[in-house]
Amino acid sequence: MNGSPSPVFEARNLQVIRGGSLILNVPSLVVSEGEILVLIGPNGAGKSTLLQALSALVKPSRGEILFRGQRIGTDIPVLQYRRRLAMVLQEPLLFDTTVYHNVASGLKIRGMKRDEIEPIVGKALERFGIAHLRDRSARTLSGGEARRASIARAFATHPEILLLDEPFSALDPIMRETLIEDLEQVLRETQITTIFVTHDRMEALRLATRLGVMNAGEILQAGSSDEVMNHPVSEFVASLVGVETILKGKVVRRNKGTFIASVSGQEIEAIGDVGLGEQVSLCIRPENVTLSHIASGSPSSVPNTFPGTVEKITPIGHYRKVQLNCGFTLVAYVTNPSFSDLSLKEGAKVLSSFKTSAVHVIRAATRDGRTDKA
Amino acid sequence: MDLILEGIKKAFWLLITFDPEVMGITFLSIKVSGSATLISLIIGISVGAGVALTRFPGRRIVVSLINTGMALPPVVVGLFVTISLWRNGPLGFMGILYTPLAMIVAQTVIATPIVTGITLAAVQQLPAKLRLQILALGATRLQMLWILVKEAKLSLLAAVMAGFGGVISEVGASIMVGGNIKGYSRVLTTATVMETGRGNFDVAIALSIILLLLAYLINLALTQVQQRERRR
Repeated sequence: MNGSPSPVFEARNLQVIRGGSLILNVPSLVVSEGEILVLIGPNGAGKSTLLQALSALVKPSRGEILFRGQRIGTDIPVLQYRRRLAMVLQEPLLFDTTVYHNVASGLKIRGMKRDEIEPIVGKALERFGIAHLRDRSARTLSGGEARRASIARAFATHPEILLLDEPFSALDPIMRETLIEDLEQVLRETQITTIFVTHDRMEALRLATRLGVMNAGEILQAGSSDEVMNHPVSEFVASLVGVETILKGKVVRRNKGTFIASVSGQEIEAIGDVGLGEQVSLCIRPENVTLSHIASGSPSSVPNTFPGTVEKITPIGHYRKVQLNCGFTLVAYVTNPSFSDLSLKEGAKVLSSFKTSAVHVIRAATRDGRTDKA
Repeated sequence: MDLILEGIKKAFWLLITFDPEVMGITFLSIKVSGSATLISLIIGISVGAGVALTRFPGRRIVVSLINTGMALPPVVVGLFVTISLWRNGPLGFMGILYTPLAMIVAQTVIATPIVTGITLAAVQQLPAKLRLQILALGATRLQMLWILVKEAKLSLLAAVMAGFGGVISEVGASIMVGGNIKGYSRVLTTATVMETGRGNFDVAIALSIILLLLAYLINLALTQVQQRERRR
């Protein structure tokens, strides 16, 4: 016994084939009790198909799914299994009735009596701040209210597993923020095992206890947020988790635990045990790049310090995304105050630097690799 | 012009005095067309929703047959129901030709494709993922079907109106399978045809007014329900 939480879900060799194409291929996926697994990936990555397969809404072409050790469809009937989970889809898909009856619908389906339903629905409405909308027609709700009603409907059934398929898409940022806050709190309180699918990296980081990256029907990497964000297994994962600079280089020197790679004639130092002459991809997160006045530092004495020219500046909320030409393209995020201090503008010369430990190395041999175990 | 005015005058007299023959014809019309509409709703909603929700080989052919059925000429239905119920026909043993029951059968055949076609279109128009959401809420297939039908209720009210409107106003099938027997199988449309043929325009006008009034009142009631639902 290792004391690790027991698996709620276990998918083995899960495959979904549609129209002759393999659209989902998950050799192994384990989701533990209380875990919030967030899956990110581009459109068509297979995230929704995975959720539908896990909720037994799509029949896998191959493989099996175990729920608390029981095979779905054989050891545990599909209907019984579905009544232990709740799913919120991208659209609210509310029924043409009042908010109360919408939130009560899952309980009615389970054959609960009216007097049993009443307090549960009341609590769910309160919890998601829509008690005042109780008797309103679902048709008249705003986008945010409708999402709240659809999430309240899912929670009202007291599910053991919650599957969320981009429930906040198409909401304005303020609504999105308040809804995420509420969901975050409810998930913390209830400790419901959750699989959450999203496009949004920030949303993923806020909610995830484990982060997974999907593409072309496969889970390319799954692990702690820190692991996936800072140690992506491939260039694709790196770009998806916000690594803006991915440089291809060749190892030209090796030191103790570090190496020097040549990138477009410049030398970049990184940590890793790689072979001389080996091709590597160097991933540098934009928030790990520091910019300073060109006169304030010595480029030669500090490793990974490069003078560069500002090529492009893009405002992104509280930050500016600054693209530099240092002989190679380097992207840095600069806070708005620092941006003013440095008087940055296109064409300006600055000194950029990043720590050796901030360079994540993907070896050519594993560049397109993926973690076997999700 | 006098003929029309005289006819309208007579018609109102027949109506306000609750002429027993006219009332009998009216009630039989409601009974026959109401029953046929009810049966067609049961069959049409089940088949329409079933076809809308399932994929099977030849589905397109089935859908086009249903759509064609929405425009079935009543005389053609009358002809085939008559042949079927004829003494030597496949259903002749039932012995129901020239009875109100035969009229219900014929009108059901006319109304069912209309209700099926409208149900099919209404259920197909619902968001595709609604089915997934209902199943994910833990519904059985039957519960899912019921919820979907409820979601399509506004369109289904249109199906009721179209179905009832189609059969209350048809004459060809009713006259062929009912025989227009006085006091037994005579309904508003068949009686109107007969009285017009006899030159009794006043009675024919009275029957037509009742027919129009009946169609209007039933559709008015259904429209009220439909519009109230829409406003909710």
